[in-house]
Amino acid sequence: MSKQRKAVSLISGGLDSMLATKVIQDQGIHVEGINFYTGFCVEGHTHAIRKKDKEKEKKNSSLWVAEQLGIKLHIIDISEEYKDIVLNPKHGYGQNLNPCLDCKIDMVSRAWQWCMDNDFDFVITGEVIGQRPKSQRKETMPIIARESKIEDRLLRPLCAKHLTETLPEREGWVNRDELFDFHGRNRKPQFALAKQLGFSEWSQPAGGCCFLTDESYSNKLQDMWDSRGERNYEVDDIMLLKVGRHIRPAKHFKLIVSREQGENNFMRGYRPMYSYLYPTSHGGPLTLIDGTPSEEDIQNAARVVARFSQGRDADEVVVNYVQKHNGPEQVLTVKPMPAEEIPDDWYIH
Amino acid sequence: MNQHELNARNLLCPIPVIRTQNKIASLENGDHLVVYCTDPGTLHDIPAWCRVHGHTLVSTEENRDEIIIEIEVVKE
Repeated sequence: MSKQRKAVSLISGGLDSMLATKVIQDQGIHVEGINFYTGFCVEGHTHAIRKKDKEKEKKNSSLWVAEQLGIKLHIIDISEEYKDIVLNPKHGYGQNLNPCLDCKIDMVSRAWQWCMDNDFDFVITGEVIGQRPKSQRKETMPIIARESKIEDRLLRPLCAKHLTETLPEREGWVNRDELFDFHGRNRKPQFALAKQLGFSEWSQPAGGCCFLTDESYSNKLQDMWDSRGERNYEVDDIMLLKVGRHIRPAKHFKLIVSREQGENNFMRGYRPMYSYLYPTSHGGPLTLIDGTPSEEDIQNAARVVARFSQGRDADEVVVNYVQKHNGPEQVLTVKPMPAEEIPDDWYIH
Repeated sequence: MNQHELNARNLLCPIPVIRTQNKIASLENGDHLVVYCTDPGTLHDIPAWCRVHGHTLVSTEENRDEIIIEIEVVKE
């Protein structure tokens, strides 16, 4: 009796990895999924920090895909190790601060290590040649296989027929004739295959599954590096870049102004780490302060907070300043800053 | 059977799922784990993770500020 071959599939939560996995499962391979958490992952409930998004279903796409496929999913936190990929990408960035090729190499490398640790035989991905301008090109496919050190144990079922035969195909674990030759950005072949395989629903993350592909997010990250004078970050930094209005009145400090109740609740958890402002005479936003503002800066910051409060049209708004959480609060009575007095270039977006 | 607790308050998904996964890796068959969370996403994700790994979801409870999820560990 031949050995039961086993593959691990990189599950992003999107359609392509779901299809690639199903195609290989249908060839009798035991497949388990792996999903890497980088800190930059776009998830339904990351958006749902905002109360206005509460009606959206808050499901994790990769877990949902695993359930549809009936496979185990291993979610691995690589957010600390991933910093090196973001800060020093050997192959550079894409359109924004997205190090897609280095990211793919790293994830395949980790998946291959997981295979070796757990007696699995090969790795599969949902990559399609020509689908992504940075990482999914014909010339980058061998680079990923080589630099991840997985070599010919990396199988891309959706575009395998455009690529050199891999070990699972040569050994007959997988029938190459039943793999595919998809290429380019046209998604019709994937939709047709989904229908053929009986899938009627799948996740379609707008703008991809990573915040680093988002221009506004990348601008905020770059601004943070520029203002600090060093390219580094903590996981809490990159979480806060996902919420609030980011307003920088000066290089040495920035305001993160919550936009509604959901963000307010989320940002409350960060009060022990930042000084902050909040209006007391009117309803309004919790505002975290990143940096080292002077007393005069705090007065101006309070006026900005007042502008985003329900007292924006009032003559005066009372705003409390808390330098240290649970410490004494400074009561500031300020005139809300008119919208036209806030320069456009204070807004980071 | 031993009862264990996990504090996953103020963490956003998927971190509570990852912490649950890692905690359960160290537990024995039949052990119970009670996870305390605040992210509403955990109400979907932790039960989904239990389903794909074959663990038993004993209960979920949602209070005003907190979600409490109890899991029975099933290991072959």
